[in-house]
Amino acid sequence: MSKHHVTTTINGDPAEFLCSTEQTLLDVLRDVLYLTGSKEGCASGDCGACSVMLDGRLVCACLVLGVEAQGKRIETIEGMAHGDKLHPLQQKFLEHAALQCGVCTPGFLIAAKALLERNPDPSETEVRYWLAGNLCRCTGYDKIVRAVIDAAKEMRAA
Amino acid sequence: MAKVILSGTLRQLAGGIEEVEVDARDVRQLLRILGERFPELGPHLDSGYAVAIDGEIFQDAWFAPIRPDSEVHLVPAIRGG
Amino acid sequence: MNDITNQSVLERHLKIVGTRPLRPDGVDKVTGRAQFGADIHLPNMLVGKVLRSPHAHARIKSIDISKAQALPGVKAIVTAADFSDLPSEFIPAGEMMVNFRDMTRNIMAREKALYEGHAVAAVAAINEAVANQALNLIEVDYEVLPHVMDVDEAMAPDAPLLHDNMFTIGVEPKPAKPSNIAKRVEFALGDLAAGFAKADVVIEREFLTRPVHQGYIEPHACVARVSEDGQAELWCTTQGQFIVRGFCAKLLGMEVSKLKVTPSEIGGGFGGKTVVYLEPLALALSRKACQPVKMVMSRTEVFRATGPTSGARMWVKIGATKDGRITAADAVLKYQAGAFQGSPVQPGCMCAFAPYDLENVRVVGYDVVVNRPKVAAYRAPGGPIAEYAVESVIDELALRLKLDPIEFRLKNAAKEGTKAAYGPKFGPIGLVETLKAAREHPHYATPLKKNQGRGVASGFWFNIGGDTCATLNLGEDGTVSLVAGTPDIGGSRASLAMMAAEELGVPLDKIRPSIGDTSSLGYNFLTGGSRVTFSSGMAVVEAARDMVRQLRERAARMWEVPVDSVIWEDGCARIAEAGVAEFKSMSLAEIAKTAGKTGGPIVANAAINATGAGPSLATHVVDVEVDPETGKVTVLRYTAIQDAGKAVHPSYVEGQMQGGAVQGIGWALNEEYIYDAKGRLENPGFLDYRIPVCSDVPMIDTVIVEVPNPRHPYGVRGVGETPIVPPMGAIANAVAHATGVRFTELPMSPPRVLAAIDTAAATR
Repeated sequence: MSKHHVTTTINGDPAEFLCSTEQTLLDVLRDVLYLTGSKEGCASGDCGACSVMLDGRLVCACLVLGVEAQGKRIETIEGMAHGDKLHPLQQKFLEHAALQCGVCTPGFLIAAKALLERNPDPSETEVRYWLAGNLCRCTGYDKIVRAVIDAAKEMRAA
Repeated sequence: MAKVILSGTLRQLAGGIEEVEVDARDVRQLLRILGERFPELGPHLDSGYAVAIDGEIFQDAWFAPIRPDSEVHLVPAIRGG
Repeated sequence: MNDITNQSVLERHLKIVGTRPLRPDGVDKVTGRAQFGADIHLPNMLVGKVLRSPHAHARIKSIDISKAQALPGVKAIVTAADFSDLPSEFIPAGEMMVNFRDMTRNIMAREKALYEGHAVAAVAAINEAVANQALNLIEVDYEVLPHVMDVDEAMAPDAPLLHDNMFTIGVEPKPAKPSNIAKRVEFALGDLAAGFAKADVVIEREFLTRPVHQGYIEPHACVARVSEDGQAELWCTTQGQFIVRGFCAKLLGMEVSKLKVTPSEIGGGFGGKTVVYLEPLALALSRKACQPVKMVMSRTEVFRATGPTSGARMWVKIGATKDGRITAADAVLKYQAGAFQGSPVQPGCMCAFAPYDLENVRVVGYDVVVNRPKVAAYRAPGGPIAEYAVESVIDELALRLKLDPIEFRLKNAAKEGTKAAYGPKFGPIGLVETLKAAREHPHYATPLKKNQGRGVASGFWFNIGGDTCATLNLGEDGTVSLVAGTPDIGGSRASLAMMAAEELGVPLDKIRPSIGDTSSLGYNFLTGGSRVTFSSGMAVVEAARDMVRQLRERAARMWEVPVDSVIWEDGCARIAEAGVAEFKSMSLAEIAKTAGKTGGPIVANAAINATGAGPSLATHVVDVEVDPETGKVTVLRYTAIQDAGKAVHPSYVEGQMQGGAVQGIGWALNEEYIYDAKGRLENPGFLDYRIPVCSDVPMIDTVIVEVPNPRHPYGVRGVGETPIVPPMGAIANAVAHATGVRFTELPMSPPRVLAAIDTAAATR
């Protein structure tokens, strides 16, 4: 079975890869492109650890096929910081100790960034419901929510 | 003589005896003496038991010192998760 | 021994310990750079996959791998035939004592498949597609046997037998026939009958809890690379790289020094990653193929084949006088061990009544095998289950006696000098402080509305010390490399660096912590038992103090003065005498620069068996609202109060309290395994195995109480496990107060709650 040749954009840079029909975008990111920042927690779209942006829309990369990336714009955790300047969300996660093991953190950061792009001043309830698709087993979510609200405040002031 | 309190399964294996007086300077000696006095206890003492000396728990510490007036308990080893 | 307690340290002004700096590994974690178990790619790497039993209980009559072996791209296949049958030998593993004969069979089934998901064969191939194809070509001839899933059913005399050589230990006379009961244990103090005779009120209840999974978001993953000469490297996500090395060396018949295990960053463990599953298989496959083999579990495999914690059936009876003194307590705990013996029933028994000062108490425990995956440690193993039952009865007693739940606990609280049910007397502990803090907390005074209820529960965990090594290497520019051996699952490397910086008197950013592999340090027991900040901290402090001694010696030599006249202060060597005309001072960086000339590199090691770990006690308060139309329980407000001894990094202590509380909320309200009639798991995924999501829980308020542990240089107590012990009891009590119905079965999921409150309403 020959592979498909896909041309796409990842974190602003042109990218191309070969993938088989059944490979998901997550498989491609991790095993073909070695962008291992997006994590596999379940491969069924339930945990959000593989959250990426596809044409500006928050998706689980495990629910997108590699071939669907053709011609689209993908943003992963690897593109969140700018050079050596962390995104305010990344900085706030560190300041609030909003991570313990850190495996769910990339997914949460991408998801939170997507939220703040749509709603720059979310309430605690809005943050909690938006992030309900990202599972965390370590933190109990408390410090994550605080970090997102604090980052939103800083981003509004900028 | 240090006082050794046996509880639960160990007490049963020692024929129901709850308190034993043992002249031992450290944990290793104590376990050896107990094993000699109560042959049924021996294999159990080798693994899975910690020793509490006057309330402080020592796990796998053969040379933890035992004083003549110490109260010693054999406690199942705790590992945690 | 390692007695480096220094009372004056506890009182001295601390500059770094107790503050909240950013964790040193944080940037890699928020940028996705940090490498977890599945993030490694090696050249020429094969993909490994496991064939798993579709039956809950079956004799394996034969396995034919010939067709799979012939498939192009398949490089190696292993079955039980590739592992030696090891004799019975008990060693500690996670929580339980593990028998190597059992472990050999758990990683790869031999005579029987004992649970759905039990590994039967493993394949390494050039890619995942070929590996999966190969699995489908392996022919296994199973003779399906009747299975048993529940503790009471497994204990019945005519139950299907899992092991025909299992004769219950701890019963007299010794049983003549095998059974599914591996062990009976008992702890007792005083005179139960006399105690109950003195009681004015006696309450007894039976409870049922179901198994729950640790729920780590990162599945098990490893890469093994074995060379032609038998040397091996293993990269894996684990709570204990030395444990993995030891187990794998034993299972594969290798010398320990031939196997180097590097722990990756770990995406959650909670006790579930203190054992091996894929690692020995990957090593065996790599040994055959002479190529690296990567194995990663899918989420369904994690649920089907890795240790949950026990489900249990329990009976608890407590008696008290009308003025609120408990006079007697009795309990029987029957825990599922899964397919092989070793449930945490023993610590469950020891924990059950631990928060209370009791004269007359007995706890009996049974370790029972059933056709489910072998149980693995889960955060305070055994404790939450037992204390859910006990705290529920305590609450009922308080209600019957018309006493406030906190007052009732205060009247009976364990303190320093209290004799535990399992024998020894407690040293200083902080239960009373947490109860008082709960009573004074504004949460406790907040009024409740209709369908709302408040629950309180206390909890206990022992905490452990254990074998620990740490090394401090002084760089030529005065910065320090700290190597610890306990994987960092919650931010502990920050706390370790903080303690080193405090001791050396330098800013935190001069210390760079890392976690070493098995070749770079002496033996370290695993990360677990809430031991890292305590034990690795103790080792780091001992190493730092040794480094200070060496630095003073070098300075003394350079100044040509006796070493006793040199002190170490604020990161510098100084002459101690006041009024010396020439004030001499030499910084860490200055001494480091000339270390080679003054005697050689400056390195400090500590290798200890840390003793003196102190228990951590907690009290949780929770408000819930129960929807009478749907049975849904909403957690409105949660306050967790715990004694940390000394919070080295308060944010990470709070994090442990919050994380444990939310795991307990999931255990109480939603999480359970659902099996079909054939013993097959129906919900092996996060959609239907429902762990709490962000919108399920409120903020978790935390109060850290500090009753220092005198046996640690900074007064540290482990804190990681205790937080999961009170939540189920607290929530069950809150739901009882909200609904008037006592729930003796977990989880209290909406259908169960609704059915119970409808029944109660109908019978009123």
